[in-house]
Amino acid sequence: MTAVTGVVARPEAGVPGVRGSALGWALADAVTVTKRNLIAITRNPQALVFHGVQPILFVLLFRYVFGGAIHLPGQLGVELKHHYVNYLMPGIFVQTMAFGSVSTAIGLAEDLQTGLIERFHALPMARSAVLAGRSFADMVRNVATFVLMTGVGYAVGFRVQTNAAGFLAGAALVLVFSFALSWGFAVIGLTASNSETAQVTSFPLLFPLVFASPAFVPTSEMPKWLGDFATYQPFGPVVEGVRALMFGGPTATHVEEALAWVVGLLVVLVPLAVWRYRRAA
Amino acid sequence: MTQAIEAVDLEKTFDETVRALDKVSFSVAAGTVFGLLGPNGAGKTTAVRILTTILVPDGGSARVLGHDVVRHAQQVRMSIGLAGQYAAVDENLTGRENLHMVSRLNHLSRPLSARRATELLAQFQLTDAGDRPLKTYSGGMRRRLDVAAALVARPPVLFLDEPTTGLDPQSRLGVWETIEELVAGGTTVLLTTQYLEEADRLAHTVAVVDKGRVIAEGTPAQLKASLGATVLDVSMSDPESAAEVAVMVAGVASKPANLLGNNVEVPVDDGPRAAVEVLRLLDQRGLVPAGFVLREPSLDDVFLALTGHVAEADADDVNDDTDAEPEWSPGRRRRRRRATPEAQGAAR
Repeated sequence: MTAVTGVVARPEAGVPGVRGSALGWALADAVTVTKRNLIAITRNPQALVFHGVQPILFVLLFRYVFGGAIHLPGQLGVELKHHYVNYLMPGIFVQTMAFGSVSTAIGLAEDLQTGLIERFHALPMARSAVLAGRSFADMVRNVATFVLMTGVGYAVGFRVQTNAAGFLAGAALVLVFSFALSWGFAVIGLTASNSETAQVTSFPLLFPLVFASPAFVPTSEMPKWLGDFATYQPFGPVVEGVRALMFGGPTATHVEEALAWVVGLLVVLVPLAVWRYRRAA
Repeated sequence: MTQAIEAVDLEKTFDETVRALDKVSFSVAAGTVFGLLGPNGAGKTTAVRILTTILVPDGGSARVLGHDVVRHAQQVRMSIGLAGQYAAVDENLTGRENLHMVSRLNHLSRPLSARRATELLAQFQLTDAGDRPLKTYSGGMRRRLDVAAALVARPPVLFLDEPTTGLDPQSRLGVWETIEELVAGGTTVLLTTQYLEEADRLAHTVAVVDKGRVIAEGTPAQLKASLGATVLDVSMSDPESAAEVAVMVAGVASKPANLLGNNVEVPVDDGPRAAVEVLRLLDQRGLVPAGFVLREPSLDDVFLALTGHVAEADADDVNDDTDAEPEWSPGRRRRRRRATPEAQGAAR
């Protein structure tokens, strides 16, 4: 019984593989998976509603339903020219991107369920491509949602008070924060037995963090204990950081704290997600 | 003869208690079809997962074309194609896009990927549906696309995990013909199946697995010969006369008859001749059977003969069989298409 050794399959297939470096292929594979995920978003009406229609509804509802009732206290009111929409938009950017990253969990859970990840495990593709492709696609989608919301926000009175650089820095902060969060949802998606479980696990975790934050209401208006939680949990510095970048005020502390959270989350969540992915077969 | 696949003492335990594979060994000669035959939960899928580098075995070793599945997983992945029990294709993509994606992930160039996608769509009679999203595909079409995706890189070794479970008879025949063509072209195929008929038609060698062990191995002809090729089921109206029949047929049966209540199962070599003989014996004693059926051995017969127990789906296969999916949930349309018991019964 002799084994066939050194047989290289796919004579025609080998050619491009010989040229590419491992890193080159890892990137190419990630791009292939990214494309596939982006196609899925455009073909899936649910995704379009979730990432397109729903954010618009949130902007309009908060702007017009709560806008009249929420009074910005003291100095804050002066800075924002008493326009709740200006207070609201940074919060709603963060909220929308955070909710959007739940689809990372749902998408991965579905890929596990359909057996697609199993197929990927048996292909000579880079191991990192499934998670990287998911993250890249979510990032592209988030940029699109962000642009859409900015447009709608502008139409209902949102005006940046600093400058373009401040606005872009704020946008970047929202996007890197949602990128970090999506790794947490990747862990949930790879742990959940199906996409429904992934979804019902994700939102209850997210709601207290999103709403018990300065996203919609100043923390000074909350009970002391809740206000403290809202100020220091990850969403607090991120929301305040974006707000400061877009509307002025002391930026450094908030942004530094926010970035510290982003780095901290990534350091913990990326290895956790990779570990779950390796075990997920 | 050169061996394309070699598994030596493979062991795998899930959740520390469920013994999915208990020292499984077999080898598959290059250019042949090897059938792993067994009920749900026997460990077939676990074996396939280890050989396709998806799972790492707890013990033992395996090689595909001489490459160790653990240490040289990447080389193994470049030599194999896998089509699973559930069509692992992307619902949101078209058939062509699915094939193109798998081709790119196999690191074929873009032009080559486009060409392979077109070729395979034609080969699997999916050209017309090629640019439609998968949501519009039937179960048989999905399965064909799944097998097509496994063939994108022209792998010399192909793993097919229950390729026809849940398919209608016509689609089944289509898959069988495809496999036969591939083998004629030199591909080595490892196939898992619950159907003796399928193993009989396709496989050169069959290993019967039960509870994570290989309990028999040989050509389909050898296996069936060891069973008695055919079984004569004689039903009587009471246990006493059934017992009488069981004794009476001793001279006709190839192995001792099985007495099960009112029923007698008589393994025989030459079915029609034995039937005439048994009817004559019954008539001589004035016995009138309530039922009289001549049938080819089923997987159940194989199991009964080999293990003394009926083939049963163990609750074990945490990994073989993800059954715990509620039928009511709204996400169902995206779920793995499960083989329903009806479909399995029909295909049997």
